[in-house]
Amino acid sequence: MTARIGVVTFPGSLDDSDAARAVRLAGAEPVSLWHASDDLSGVDAVILPGGFSYGDYLRCGAIARFSPVMGSVVARANAGMPVLGICNGFQVLCEAHLLPGALIRNDRRTFVCRDQKLRVETRDTVWTCDFADGQEIVIALKNGEGNYQADAETIARLEGENRVVFRYLDGNPNGSINDIAGITNEAGNVVGLMPHPEHNVDPLAGPSLDGLPFFTSVQRFLLAAVG
Amino acid sequence: MARVIVDVMPKPEILDPQGKAVTGALQRLGFTGLQVRQGKRFEVEVDGEVSEERLGQIRHAAETLLANTVIETFDVRVEG
Repeated sequence: MTARIGVVTFPGSLDDSDAARAVRLAGAEPVSLWHASDDLSGVDAVILPGGFSYGDYLRCGAIARFSPVMGSVVARANAGMPVLGICNGFQVLCEAHLLPGALIRNDRRTFVCRDQKLRVETRDTVWTCDFADGQEIVIALKNGEGNYQADAETIARLEGENRVVFRYLDGNPNGSINDIAGITNEAGNVVGLMPHPEHNVDPLAGPSLDGLPFFTSVQRFLLAAVG
Repeated sequence: MARVIVDVMPKPEILDPQGKAVTGALQRLGFTGLQVRQGKRFEVEVDGEVSEERLGQIRHAAETLLANTVIETFDVRVEG
């Protein structure tokens, strides 16, 4: 079985073709999904890519959240379908309440673009099961509004339930509470993070191949679910 | 046509980097002793009369789309 992984294109998405390429390099079949259609073409998983959906007007992800495709993504995610939100996709997942909290402007007020070191805090998600416990990885980070915020109760719950999936190492680039770079939902099928694994899948284009396990993890999960 | 104003502000406990930048610029310009927090103002033109029911709809719209109540508060009022 070749997994079919949908990649949504919103008006203003930037990294949809990189995400599709990463899916292909990891051995799955990428399927293009369009924001204005609620048809998910029977995909097994969905990636919400980085970029500036709907121009980031109002708030990042606030308008994309109400697009036709998101109605279907939310329904399928709640039924257990794997969903990965990268950067703007993470913002969309928070606005859609598939993940708690919100992303606000970086505390340093500038756009940050660099190779970012992270620690994988949990393998217990659909998108991280191919990593080692506590593995340190380096993937691209590029955002202006990546500062993760939530109330104290939400943060305590995320930490207590082991739902902080990635933490920034060697300096917090944006002011995120507890150096949080990515989180998951209670079931572990929805993951959002600010850094960009899809940019680290080819030795020609980056300092590591640390992005690949994201895209192989989901395939391992899907295969196990079938078998 | 009536106008309803929706003001959206970052919650007091949430960092406001834009307001901080504006505060810094004011200080550099010599406008001392001023602290700024920056929000958004929406002017909503309403067909017909602004009834309590209509205001309720606008509050619902503000809560659903105009503000993210995880990080922002909002206030709805009729102008005039």
